[in-house]
Amino acid sequence: MNHWLVILGMALATLPVRASFLVFGHRLVFPPLLHRALHYVPAAVLTALIVPMALAPKGEVDISLGNAYLIGTLVAGVVAFASRKTLLAIVVSFAVYGALRYF
Amino acid sequence: MKNPRSLVLAGLRDTVPMMVGAGPFGLIFGTLAISAGLSPAATLGMSLFVFAGSSQFVAVSLISAGAALPVIWLTTLVVNLRHALYSATLQPHARDWSAGWRWVLSFWLTDETFAVVENHFRTQGRENGQWYQLGSSLGMYLNWFFWTAVGVLLGSSIPGLSEWGLDFAMLATFAAIVAPQLRQRPILVAALAAGATSLLLHGLPYKLDLMVAALVGVVAGLLAEKLFRPQRVATEVA
Repeated sequence: MNHWLVILGMALATLPVRASFLVFGHRLVFPPLLHRALHYVPAAVLTALIVPMALAPKGEVDISLGNAYLIGTLVAGVVAFASRKTLLAIVVSFAVYGALRYF
Repeated sequence: MKNPRSLVLAGLRDTVPMMVGAGPFGLIFGTLAISAGLSPAATLGMSLFVFAGSSQFVAVSLISAGAALPVIWLTTLVVNLRHALYSATLQPHARDWSAGWRWVLSFWLTDETFAVVENHFRTQGRENGQWYQLGSSLGMYLNWFFWTAVGVLLGSSIPGLSEWGLDFAMLATFAAIVAPQLRQRPILVAALAAGATSLLLHGLPYKLDLMVAALVGVVAGLLAEKLFRPQRVATEVA
């Protein structure tokens, strides 16, 4: 895959969204439904990415202590939920993940 | 205090905490992109020309999963849609800006700069605000590029880094971002629906499962919002 093509398309999917109201504001109205839908986009997209990666890192569903991805992800989620500190959750879960994988 | 130079510096200074927070993510992004097979130039290019942290992370995970180009582009669009909201919120403050300023500052509009700048305009006024936003934007932009470059250096100088399981960094990052939001019940419903759908559809070609799952999640969240309306109002007031 041509990664520059990826970048070009991503840029075209980014700048117009950011410019939308700032540049063409007087001609646009923000749809209320879209406004409410946006509230759910991060959780929906990120969870959709996480779940298969954590539950089936090798392609098949693996729910066991041997699945370091799953345990590590759960740890990250629990620490972030309890502390609301993103970086802390990443560091702690990385330590758990590393320990499970290499010791 | 309202001359351009001091406003640029004020915008930059107020953004420093955000820059510190974004640094590690820039580093992780640079390292991951290299181990996902992007060239150093393309990795730096993505930070320079796209400049959207979450989209860049998602794109790298999609590239390593072998997603089709249109899926990567469409996902970027969906992940970026929140910026339209920022754009709309800043628009009344930008009435005196020229078209050039609007385009340039739009390119640099991130979550962090929005948070800093919107707060400043609301509490300190919008006079010559474009200079303040320029300071914040340049800070975020150069910071993101710098940390991406550090990540690229790290990723290319340590052989076999891609076998270290660094892809877990992405999982940890995403999980840590989502988890605190799950206190809001409609968001919890959205996440459960999206997660279940993506697991059921796992393996659809071109990573279409991701798009479908995200859509199902958003619709589920909207429906749940109707069910839990009183709670939603309460959390928004708080």
